[in-house]
Amino acid sequence: MPSLANPTRFLDLAGRLIPWLAALTAILFAVGLYLSFFVAPPDYQQGETVRIMFVHVPAAWLAMFGYTLIAIASLGTLIWRHPLADVAAKAAAPIGATFTLVALVTGSLWGKPMWGTYWVWDARLTSMLVLFLLYLGLIALWQAIEELGRAGRAAAILGLVGAINIPIIKFSVDWWNTLHQPASIVRLGGPTIDSSMLGALAVMAVTFTLLFVLLHVMAMRAEILRRRVRAMQQMQVEHAALAET
Amino acid sequence: MPDLGPHAAFILAAYGFTFAAVAALAFFIVADDRKQRQLLADLEAKGIRRRSANTAGASKPARGRKP
Amino acid sequence: MSSALALLARDVKLAFREGGAIGTALGFYLVVIAIAPLGLGPDLNLLARIAPGLLWVALLLAALLSADRIFHNDYEDGALDVLTTGPLPLPLVAAIKSLAHWLTTGVPLALLAPLLGLLLNLPAEASPFLVLAMLAGTPAVSFIAAIGASLTLGLKRSGLLLALLVLPLYVPVLIFGVAAASAAVAGPASPWPPFLMLCALSLASIVLAPLAAAASVRAALR
Repeated sequence: MPSLANPTRFLDLAGRLIPWLAALTAILFAVGLYLSFFVAPPDYQQGETVRIMFVHVPAAWLAMFGYTLIAIASLGTLIWRHPLADVAAKAAAPIGATFTLVALVTGSLWGKPMWGTYWVWDARLTSMLVLFLLYLGLIALWQAIEELGRAGRAAAILGLVGAINIPIIKFSVDWWNTLHQPASIVRLGGPTIDSSMLGALAVMAVTFTLLFVLLHVMAMRAEILRRRVRAMQQMQVEHAALAET
Repeated sequence: MPDLGPHAAFILAAYGFTFAAVAALAFFIVADDRKQRQLLADLEAKGIRRRSANTAGASKPARGRKP
Repeated sequence: MSSALALLARDVKLAFREGGAIGTALGFYLVVIAIAPLGLGPDLNLLARIAPGLLWVALLLAALLSADRIFHNDYEDGALDVLTTGPLPLPLVAAIKSLAHWLTTGVPLALLAPLLGLLLNLPAEASPFLVLAMLAGTPAVSFIAAIGASLTLGLKRSGLLLALLVLPLYVPVLIFGVAAASAAVAGPASPWPPFLMLCALSLASIVLAPLAAAASVRAALR
């Protein structure tokens, strides 16, 4: 890990890793799609719509994975002062937010044929919505603070506060849900998951994970370059000011 | 494509949205990456060197660390 | 200890002297509750059922409106820098300022709520528990708001950003707060479990939130 703390070495590593990651992701995606549409059987209750699960569930997992990553990166910024920690956190936020949005939309599209409405306030979708709001807050904070040092620390604090709150929010939403819907327990997965569905689900989950890592590494690279550009532009201004005196 | 049943539109919409969202995200990240590399190349062409460009350990001056 | 109390007294006095701050929060609370039925219709049964929820949501918004003043004035005139280097540890300063916000915003809003409940046909039996629940939950509201206030110090549109950052964190307080307020009426569930959860949330916020707020203040002042 100390060797990765050096931005230049990270850029070098990223450059070599990205093509492989991209190729692997594309292949696994093709395999996953094939399994999802041609191998996995239709559900005995839901029919063909169960196939939405193969994008919805991995997206939801990655949404949570993204925030976990941000939480760890936040610790990295605040406690271990790792130089790339805030870059990692900043790069992860939009990616995590996108996966959360995908989980919400696909969940909604899954819900319409199943329950007849595009949205239900069940515990899982509601928690996912709150997670989306937490991501938006992080992104908004990053945008609002100009000075990089403060932005990194502020976002890390917010990230940790959010991470600590997520179990509490989840608990309260679960409780709230049982309060208002004691009779019907809606489970998106359905009562059983066929083992042939597990294969498609697993492949799609790995695909989405690789996709996250790929996009994350690219975004981190872009962010490191952006900071270098900023530094050099500042130097440009300084040189011009010096030249005039 | 096997018969996707009466709710085929929802299934295709779900996969379609997933693909579109991921593609848009990837597009923005790649575009950003390209733009920064272009800006960096322009600045280096003008002869501006990063303060720590000569040392192996690159710190980011913008973060306010004492050099 | 005396310097801590002195800071508390000063902040409370300033809040009252500003006058506008407390009055505006209470006024906002009144306005929101007054126009809600205009949007929802005058059906008293409906209003009675949603009254606890509406009263809580409007309270959260009103409390957030006055949140950025927790650190803002001292940040603007440099007093915050002095406080950072003073005898009191910064988390304690943050805690005192959060406490001042609770005393001058949270408590008045909680005490006004039953009166506004009349507009929403809140049953009279519900009022005592509503106030109790709000008094138990508003410390969490104020202390968490301080985190938002410290993160957004000196930023443009800090009020809106603060609300965006902090409202998702209020979900547990809202859920248990409304449950405690309405269980006393709607029954058969006991209001005490959610009430105790509310107390737990407030206690946890009082201990932990000032640490986050102090760290954010330090980051903003660097």
